[in-house]
Amino acid sequence: MASASSSLRKWAWVHKWSSIVCTAFMLLLCITGLPLIFHEEIDDLLHEQVKAAVVPEGTPLVDLDRAVARGLAAAPKTVAHFLIWDPDDANSLLLSVGPSIEANPTDNRIIRVDAHTGAFLDAPDVTKRFTYIMLKLHTDMFAGLPGKLFLGFMGILFCAAIVSGIVVYAPSMRKLDFGAYRRERPRIVRWLDLHNMAGILLVIWMLVVGFTGVINTWADLVIKIWQFGQLAEMTSQYADRPLVTQPASLTAAVATAQQAQPDMKPAFVAFPGSIFSSKSHYGIFMRGNTPLTAKLLRPALIDAVTGKLTDTRNLPWYVATLLVSQPLHFGDYGGMPLKIIWAVLDIITIVVLITGLYLWLRRRQSGSSVERMLAATQAASHDPVLTS
Amino acid sequence: MTGASRGASRGPSPGARRRTIGQIFGIPLLIALLSAIGLVSALIGDGIWDSISWITLLLPILLCSFFLLKPQR
Repeated sequence: MASASSSLRKWAWVHKWSSIVCTAFMLLLCITGLPLIFHEEIDDLLHEQVKAAVVPEGTPLVDLDRAVARGLAAAPKTVAHFLIWDPDDANSLLLSVGPSIEANPTDNRIIRVDAHTGAFLDAPDVTKRFTYIMLKLHTDMFAGLPGKLFLGFMGILFCAAIVSGIVVYAPSMRKLDFGAYRRERPRIVRWLDLHNMAGILLVIWMLVVGFTGVINTWADLVIKIWQFGQLAEMTSQYADRPLVTQPASLTAAVATAQQAQPDMKPAFVAFPGSIFSSKSHYGIFMRGNTPLTAKLLRPALIDAVTGKLTDTRNLPWYVATLLVSQPLHFGDYGGMPLKIIWAVLDIITIVVLITGLYLWLRRRQSGSSVERMLAATQAASHDPVLTS
Repeated sequence: MTGASRGASRGPSPGARRRTIGQIFGIPLLIALLSAIGLVSALIGDGIWDSISWITLLLPILLCSFFLLKPQR
């Protein structure tokens, strides 16, 4: 009994301190994450976009080399890093360009081109957008990789708070029914009940969204490991070749990749020298057709000099984990109803954070420690928080 | 005051009886399981898989509002 209560005290300590440290940042993450669930809808609402021509199904795509050339013509002094098949609109292609191939791709500009005519559509400056500001606050607080890793650490503390919260939930509920909400009691009791009830109901969702968020903060590192691991391995015999600046036909390269993976579709192309390819290869990233396999990309490396297939492999487990963790964090894989559910669960998480913060402040104010509270739970049949 | 929790095996009201770990975590475990199914199911496919996801993840939201709005016994 004594050791059980001392271990309980340790868990209570973990719950208290992990929560105190991460709560402010978790509130920031929950609040900025809320509009991000609907970022497409918000962008559509706030920003005019030149629409691509709507064409009958089965219309062949434009010659990709031409589309790239026309896109680049609209953005002088830039080079193409990636060509992306717009996941939200089959009629447009997105060309991601930077000042040089070595430039950091997070600062890239996006140029939209019509997927069937190759016509330039627009090149919006997304950095002024509401959703972009929310995204930056949410991912790195405008502090780059250190900010990202810091938020990842806050996410780990959040997970620790959830796990320890499960443990301290038990003594709290010794004398209460599941879902008990003592509405006639003072606010501190009502909010304790609300905190316990919402926390335990959302426990898996909060853990999954919290931990997949943590994994996302490691994305830059995961990509680096992949570059020096699998990518280097696949292209090791070409390591000494210089950067190919006049690559072979992209259209033919994509067709070759498509031939090697007939049941997959291209998701994006990484141009030679960009972070997702070697200096002398096109990296054609193919995707499957279900929500899961659409995320699990498979790169086909096409020699940018000869246009021949060099190698194609499944991504290693650590990149696959990152790719699967993204939809689980964003909630964008089950249509609009899932997005709405995601938003409500996010709001309930904010409630859990605020009630937790309030309980800590009140207990501190009244000088009652968690330890005494726990002792009181065991000693009295009275409500624990009132017997301090 | 302390009688209900100390000696007597049966308290004056059901609310005073101590619950076992199984009683405390039974329903939460079930909900956790359903949430896990819901989180994975929409990844597997569309259509019915999405619906399973919506229903299982809606459940904690509905329970939350039910407990909050339920009239006092």
